[in-house]
Amino acid sequence: MMMQTEMNAYYPDYSTAPIQRQINPYADNGGSVVAIAGNDFVVVGADTRLSSGFSIYTRNQNKLFPMSDTTVLGCAGCWCDTLTLTRILKSRMQMYQQEHNKQMSTTACAQMLSTMLYYKRFFPYYISNILVGLDNEGKGCVYSYDPIGHCEKATYRAGGSAGALLQPLLDNQIGQKNLVKPSSEDLSQEKALAILKDVFIAAAERDIYTGDSVLINIITKDGTKVETFELRKD
Amino acid sequence: MSSIGTGYDLSASQFSPDGRVFQVEYAMKAVENSGTVIGLRGTDGIILAAEKLIMSKLHENTTNKRIFNIDRHIGMAFSGLIADARQIVEIARKEASNYRNQYGSSIPLKYLNDRVSMYMHAYTLYSAVRPFGCSVILASYQDDEPNMFLIDPSGVSYGYFGCATGKAKQSAKTEIEKLKLGQLSCKELVKEAAKIVYLVHDELKDKNFELELSWICKDSGGLHVKVPESVYADAEKAAKQAMEADSESDTEDM
Amino acid sequence: MFNPLESAPPLWHNGPVPGAFYNFPGTQRIPAANPITHTQSPVTTSTSIIAITYDKGVLIAGDLVASYGSLARYRNCPRVIEVNPNIILGAGGDYADFQYVKSFIEQKIIDEDCLDDGLKMKPKSLYCWLTRIMYQRRSKLDPFWNNLVVGGLQDGVPFLGTIDKLGTAYTDKVICTGYGAHIALPILRDALDKKTNLNLNDAKALIKRCMEVLFYRDARSFPKYQLGIIDKDDGVKIEGPLTVEENWNIAYMT
Repeated sequence: MMMQTEMNAYYPDYSTAPIQRQINPYADNGGSVVAIAGNDFVVVGADTRLSSGFSIYTRNQNKLFPMSDTTVLGCAGCWCDTLTLTRILKSRMQMYQQEHNKQMSTTACAQMLSTMLYYKRFFPYYISNILVGLDNEGKGCVYSYDPIGHCEKATYRAGGSAGALLQPLLDNQIGQKNLVKPSSEDLSQEKALAILKDVFIAAAERDIYTGDSVLINIITKDGTKVETFELRKD
Repeated sequence: MSSIGTGYDLSASQFSPDGRVFQVEYAMKAVENSGTVIGLRGTDGIILAAEKLIMSKLHENTTNKRIFNIDRHIGMAFSGLIADARQIVEIARKEASNYRNQYGSSIPLKYLNDRVSMYMHAYTLYSAVRPFGCSVILASYQDDEPNMFLIDPSGVSYGYFGCATGKAKQSAKTEIEKLKLGQLSCKELVKEAAKIVYLVHDELKDKNFELELSWICKDSGGLHVKVPESVYADAEKAAKQAMEADSESDTEDM
Repeated sequence: MFNPLESAPPLWHNGPVPGAFYNFPGTQRIPAANPITHTQSPVTTSTSIIAITYDKGVLIAGDLVASYGSLARYRNCPRVIEVNPNIILGAGGDYADFQYVKSFIEQKIIDEDCLDDGLKMKPKSLYCWLTRIMYQRRSKLDPFWNNLVVGGLQDGVPFLGTIDKLGTAYTDKVICTGYGAHIALPILRDALDKKTNLNLNDAKALIKRCMEVLFYRDARSFPKYQLGIIDKDDGVKIEGPLTVEENWNIAYMT
């Protein structure tokens, strides 16, 4: 008996123990989200490529989800989780509106998202979320999350498949890190938009999961403006 | 109703000393308060007709229907309490769906009738529940054969060539018996059904009513559907003409 | 979610169930717990589905073989179906799972017909519903092993969407699953880049070409296939079995 178990360690094919297998419930569908906040605006962009491995499912997938007039959520990662999470979020936003007769604030939405993600701590939504919006003072803000609900407030953030690639670039270009002569000027909307487009071009060059085009939402007190911007499609 | 108040009518789970279950009989009374419903079985299908009494002119005329689809090939008409009937409809639909799920074909009416009548019967056995205040007519046309059953609140059911339930069931039955049911086709029977409903309608007690007509026959492709608008219009016209002719002959007699 | 096996509810909480044997409380034994088993891999499988929208509708094509590993086991397995006059559906992957999915979609359509409100499901609703079902099953780690392709007319506008076994769902003008995603999709995308607004004949020619290429290159494909068409003017048609024009002359080195 002993002999047999010992042998099985060397010859796994001859094991009589039940084999346990599970399907992988997650998929990496790629995609990148970049958000930059200013004093009275916030811009967020997400590429429109939905892919899996070397296959491009579609070149035209919106990954920005408006939560309220002043809040937008950008998602990248497991697309089936994104669909589910955003659908639940949307209904939670509606329930809040109907219960309180007002739209949920960006800060409240940010907290709710964190709670909802942590609720699935042991079977998480595999998404990198970036929530942007205007706070109660009308100032742009960015919240970024890990898949299990850790939430951090920032003024700029890159997430998704090219997140690690782009964050240092944003640190330098927007955070003015490691510059000899940092500028003291406030970030303008034009500058933010230009940088956002530039970093996506850079990402599309190096990351196969980012490309096709970028969908951009520019949120100001006057509402949300939507823009698209073409990227390389190979 | 001589035994009212003797205490044996409070529960469906108790017989009276003379062997009756009063709760069930009261349920049948509830059926008799409601508009007449008839079913006619012709050579090539079945006609269901209902006299939907309109309680208020403010009601929308397509609401509170009294004829339902159970499956594509089965129709149900009821008389009695609509809320009770809806539960029967729900159960019948579930049974039809359940049968299809298990056997991959549509439920034969015989089986559906068994299951629905057993279900209604179960509600006559316990003190915690009350019987259904409705009678239902089930109709189908399968394998070139029309079938029709009527189930009472007691859970008793019979197959019929022609049946009636509701307020004027007696006079409706008398009218139905005059028809040669074994020889008439559905097209002919639609008019007869409409005539009977118009005839047995009591204008003095109930002012307004809406005629509901559905069929399940060769012409409808074996599906239970409302009769087409043109057929409905013709049938209603025929019924109204018959009523006028009837009242004229009445005055002549006088 | 749907539970077709559930029939009548108990008469009251923990009470007897109509149509079931009654068990006195406290006498029921709990059966020994067995490990739950889940689908780990598909068994009888079908290959690619290819689909394309054109100016007035949608085409979905899939061949007729269901393979058992590399064995072409069943050679007449239709997997492009009409759901209702608004929707057609194609499926690849495990054929048993598809048959089950098909059966509860059909029941849903019957339930809808029973309501008799004249409303018909639209493709977006079915697409969304199926996404929820596929996601729910993957969350139980017991997925339906299918790629579903929903095509139809959403208020007259062509709609094409797909859902995989995880619940990953997206819409596009062209959709191919399985091997087709690698072989047919580039052909279709290229054609669409060159001419954005295809008509029915263009689309049909493209599908024909793709089925041909797939037959030559996909070892699990088959020369007989079905073509589902939903057109604004002509409604739904499932054409087939169509045959791939084979030409193996090049194989003879003469």
